[in-house]
Amino acid sequence: MNIHEYQAKEILRGYGVPIPPGEVATTPAEAESIAKKYGTAVMVKAQVHAGGRGKAGGVKFCKTPADAKEKATAILGMKIKDLTVEKVLVTVAADIGSEAYVGIIVDRATKKPVFMVSAAGGIDIEQVAAETPEKILYVPVDVRYGLPAYDAMRMGFFLFSDVKLARAAAKIMQQLYAAFMASGCSLAEINPLVVTPTGEVLAVDGKMVIDDNELDRLPAVAALRDESSEEPSEVDARNANLTFIKLDGDVGCVVNGAGLAMATMDLVKYYGGEPANFLDIGGSSNPEKVVNALRIITADKNVKAILFNIFGGITRTDDVANGIVTATKANPLKVPIVIRLTGTNEEIAMKILTENGFSASSDMDEAVQKAVALAKGGK
Amino acid sequence: MSVFIDKNTKLVVQGITGRDGSFHTKQMMEYGTQVVAGVTPGKGGQKFEGTVPIFNTVMDAVQATGANTSVIYVPPPFAADAIMEAAAAGVQLVVCITEGVPVLDMTKVYPFVKERGVRLIGPNCPGLITPGEAKVGIIPGRICTPGPVGVVSRSGTLTYEVVYQLTRAGIGQTTCVGIGGDPINGTNFIDCLEAFEKDPNTKAVAMMGEIGGTDEQEAAEYIKKHMKKPVVGFIAGQTAPPGRRMGHAGAIISGSSGTAAEKLEAFAAAGMGIAQRPMDFVELIKARLK
Repeated sequence: MNIHEYQAKEILRGYGVPIPPGEVATTPAEAESIAKKYGTAVMVKAQVHAGGRGKAGGVKFCKTPADAKEKATAILGMKIKDLTVEKVLVTVAADIGSEAYVGIIVDRATKKPVFMVSAAGGIDIEQVAAETPEKILYVPVDVRYGLPAYDAMRMGFFLFSDVKLARAAAKIMQQLYAAFMASGCSLAEINPLVVTPTGEVLAVDGKMVIDDNELDRLPAVAALRDESSEEPSEVDARNANLTFIKLDGDVGCVVNGAGLAMATMDLVKYYGGEPANFLDIGGSSNPEKVVNALRIITADKNVKAILFNIFGGITRTDDVANGIVTATKANPLKVPIVIRLTGTNEEIAMKILTENGFSASSDMDEAVQKAVALAKGGK
Repeated sequence: MSVFIDKNTKLVVQGITGRDGSFHTKQMMEYGTQVVAGVTPGKGGQKFEGTVPIFNTVMDAVQATGANTSVIYVPPPFAADAIMEAAAAGVQLVVCITEGVPVLDMTKVYPFVKERGVRLIGPNCPGLITPGEAKVGIIPGRICTPGPVGVVSRSGTLTYEVVYQLTRAGIGQTTCVGIGGDPINGTNFIDCLEAFEKDPNTKAVAMMGEIGGTDEQEAAEYIKKHMKKPVVGFIAGQTAPPGRRMGHAGAIISGSSGTAAEKLEAFAAAGMGIAQRPMDFVELIKARLK
């Protein structure tokens, strides 16, 4: 789960990370009054779940409250990577002497949280990693012992030769690590970590990505989810316990299992079609899940054909068949449907489908080709 | 011969009285797996299906029955502890089926099992099956048949698809292993490839990877350097958009790394057969068994 910059900063502040004051505004007037309160130059920053906000014109420096109002007017409502900006963060503009990068990710190779720090901050760290890898220091952390002070100091000195600055940075690493672990993060970043001309070390931007598997046990973190900034069909699917990702094609896919769902999308593409979505109905399915899946898929006006690909293991194919029948009785389909199912209770499923006027095949390749042809208007 | 499990496997089921645990325990018993014990705290002394003794702890179960393998069906918040409990109790192999284990839990569990020399498969995996001998997990037994092909995969139902097609074409399997779709799992492709290379009955390997991470690239490197047996590979998620988690927590393309193209390139460089579609495994494997 992504959270907004202002939310990540609130969490980090709670762990003592020094961050310039800021507040969220949803109208230009609010932005103006927040700027007035601070009585100094501010940054107005779009709060959306997308990178490249600065390049898109969603981050502006404002000298006066009137300026903040004008910039907020421009930013609120603008679209960044298809996402409408509904909130801006109005925050005191820091004097920037130098910029560094500090981040933690869960690394698959070492199977540990790994710090990445670089004195080349303020820009895309992946670019630094690709072009000048020697400018990044990687420090894995054994979670059983936490971040040892010597490792934090080593990173501090990698960024700054001045001991005071190194110490200040090391302290921020400890605070960031504590926030990362307690909030169930898979990624946490401060970029840039700024040194002001007067020698203060400040976090000017913060980002956190939360592991979805943590949300059940961290209700306070789960409550930070901003559904208004997500694709509505994806919110709908999540509430129905389906894993769904909307894509741009016209073959709507309903599959059980993530690997098979990806392989099905790939096969649609292989035969010259375009998948409209990724949808995994999961393991122990019931007819209700299938009804929800069909509702979500048929709501997408781009969908020209629907493809079911079910390999019943835990999933009972008769449950899926019953779901298809129930859903289409309530809401008759306007687009053709191709059903492939095999596995647990296959005979019962085929009988249910045939009795209700559907045909089904047990071959994945054949079903995919047929769905692609139908989406293209063929038979 | 086979890898990791066989007819001598003595299994303890953690979470044996739960909805999933009880259903799949019956299936494993029907398949012929030696289920020697179950664990559900508070139900020690009872029997599952009138035959399998239930214990309060894995330690008790291992001491009383000599179980050497554990399978875990407990809910996600308790899965990490269940893995550590099994490893501490002295089983050699722990198979964690549970989906949704927080990845930070796994950062603790992984060194714990490694330091004890225990093999962990999963979490978020379908388990494994040695056709005709034993199954540990949830892979449907009837789609498998004994034969010369080792199967290893990050996915569940995609594995079933490929195994089913092999079986229908008369190509059997030594062992099928689902290593799971999470970013941190106990056993990776290389561990399985190494085991298949050593197993005298395995003549060829089918490997199903996914987008995300670099496991497949490292596996390709291993194959190039250390394997004499032929390997055929497939990557799911060629059409996946970057930055989106495709169901499996591990299936996400971040930046420029973990793409299908990158992985297929590594496969080609290792001289592996490449299945463009799941159904291509049949012909590619057949050609390599001759």
